[in-house]
Amino acid sequence: MKEIAPELRLRLYETMLRIRRFEEETGALFAAGELPGFVHLSIGQEAVPTGICAALGHEDTITATHRGHGHIIAKGADLGRMMAELMGKRTGYGAGKGGSMHIFSVDLGVLGANGILGAGQPIAVGAGLSAKLQGSDRVSVTFFGEGASAQGGVHEAMNLAAVWKLPVVFVAEINGYAELTPYQYHVSVPSMVDRAGGYGIPAVSVDGNDVEAVYEAAVEGVARARSGGGPVLIEARTTRWHGHFEGDRQLYRPAEELESLADHDPLTRQADRLVAAGLLGEEGLNVLERRVVEEVAEAVAFGRGSPEAAPEDALLHVYASEGAGAAGAAEVTR
Amino acid sequence: MKYHAAMREALRCELERDPAVFFMGEDVGLPGGIFAQSRGLYEEFGAERVRDTPAGELGFMGAAVGAALTGSRPVVEISFADFFMTCIDQLVNQAAKIRYMSGGQAKVPLTVITFGGAGRNAGPQHSGSYEAWLGSVPGLRVVMPSTPHDVQGLLKAAIRSDDPTIVILNKALLGIADDSEPGVEPIPFGKAVVRREGEHVTIVAWSAMVQTALEAADILAAEDGVSCEVIDLRSIQPLDGELLGASARKTGRVVTVQETVTFAGIGAEVAAEVSRRAFGWLDAPVQIVGPPFTPVPFAPAMEGFVLPGVGSIVGAVREIL
Ligand SMILES: Cc1ncc(C[n+]2csc(CCOP(=O)(O)OP(=O)(O)O)c2C)c(N)n1
Repeated sequence: MKEIAPELRLRLYETMLRIRRFEEETGALFAAGELPGFVHLSIGQEAVPTGICAALGHEDTITATHRGHGHIIAKGADLGRMMAELMGKRTGYGAGKGGSMHIFSVDLGVLGANGILGAGQPIAVGAGLSAKLQGSDRVSVTFFGEGASAQGGVHEAMNLAAVWKLPVVFVAEINGYAELTPYQYHVSVPSMVDRAGGYGIPAVSVDGNDVEAVYEAAVEGVARARSGGGPVLIEARTTRWHGHFEGDRQLYRPAEELESLADHDPLTRQADRLVAAGLLGEEGLNVLERRVVEEVAEAVAFGRGSPEAAPEDALLHVYASEGAGAAGAAEVTR
Repeated sequence: MKYHAAMREALRCELERDPAVFFMGEDVGLPGGIFAQSRGLYEEFGAERVRDTPAGELGFMGAAVGAALTGSRPVVEISFADFFMTCIDQLVNQAAKIRYMSGGQAKVPLTVITFGGAGRNAGPQHSGSYEAWLGSVPGLRVVMPSTPHDVQGLLKAAIRSDDPTIVILNKALLGIADDSEPGVEPIPFGKAVVRREGEHVTIVAWSAMVQTALEAADILAAEDGVSCEVIDLRSIQPLDGELLGASARKTGRVVTVQETVTFAGIGAEVAAEVSRRAFGWLDAPVQIVGPPFTPVPFAPAMEGFVLPGVGSIVGAVREIL
């Protein structure tokens, strides 16, 4: 593996910082009652989407999860439109209809965060199938956790991608928990690498708190998938810092585990590396910090300043084609 | 043309017309389908576009959704409608809601063909009809052709539509034929059709029950001198309320007949449309004819007992005359 270019090493850090600050702000807004519904934060896991998406091109697609802000930001999302969606505003990615768990961007190749565990994986297989049928070298990436790995859809997707040799990269983002119970309540084998073996899918396990390790595994896996080598699986073992959803007090986690979370911080790790390599000093870190904080503040301002979705906007976007839905329902279909 | 040949003809036409279209399902490629419904397509269009799948509906239905999101126009066959239960999430939570959740950015031009219906002694897990379930999902379209002509027309419309559409064919109709030729134009969704004009009673049916209703109308004409209008809904979602209202205003009496249990069924929707649009013209309450509240049994005698037949339609009409 050749050295990662200095600009990219910096960019990896910056992307993680963008996810971190966006989600911290999201948590604060949620606590303040400014966001409807509920939110799942991926704080502590930033290295996984960042390292994976850095190995992708614009045309490549991803499917994200219910804990998907990081995946979508790493794929290049506009923070303002994301924040607007979290606020249920008209300018959000889903025009206020989806919310945190359903952010979509056709332009960015984000085929949806998903509120249903195990649903994104078959969809990603279909994106891989389209690429093959269209003679495109697009690669399809799908993120899922250990909880989702118990879903039949994940197993069927791995089987189908392997049988059809499709360009799909399965990313098992193992953060130790599924909702309120730990890994071993959900999975019978020590690693998702063992699972992949059952489908004949080559797999590696990497330290999911090391963004450069994730990136290197992604480069290799994506290249293999892109060149017709069929699906691959990358297991990235990381750490969930916050509760399953904001407001979850995590009483089920050992105190010493909660106290040592910061020891695994992927941002600190990358910052230390950049400093040690002479790529960044105190001043450089501060500049980045200010830029990202500013960007997040602008996103919040954009969200706040955006028009509320009108109640009757609820009638839009049910169908793409002409003709009303149910007989007698409002005529509006788009 | 035969019913299953019409399916093949529509597929051939669409595969030829649009390179984005592909067809997949269990045994639909090389073997040509369990009912020979796709015979020849594999040879004509190749294994990539006429694709045999593993027997994992959840996986390939999801793959169809993903393909539809990325520039393809997949047509998926779920051989027996009962198998929807294994992949319903991909239809209901994904295909149907994606356009909505994405604020109109995404479209899901997915067509699903399935064989529903009873009458073949296929037993409780291979005889169900689920149009009421699927028809109640915002974002899905559901059509149920009762003739080979309509199989061609509605399937073409489904494949050209940018919305996820379920085309429910009926196993009991596999043997039927009509004089339709290749080249039937797409039939717009939401348009029911009058199969027989009449003055005294409107009988509303869809799928295999249309034929039964027509036979009942013959008997009522011959034995009772009653003139029945028979409407074939064709499209479940959207439903053609306008034609139902117009016919009810003309006849003043409506009987609906269905293969599925009547609780929360399409007949109840027909009754609601009719009462909303023609209440002042009605001379009798709407009669909903359907099977008792049981699964579809296997043994021929029991299956025949639960399915509505000509006798039950004739009886229901006589009751409100
Ligand atoms: C089909 C389905 N079942 C259950 C849930 C409820 N649920 C939401 S998240 C979750 C745990 C997911 O764990 P994992 O896949 O490891 O992801 P993580 O939350 O750790 O990011 C569960 C059970 C769901 N959203 N969908």
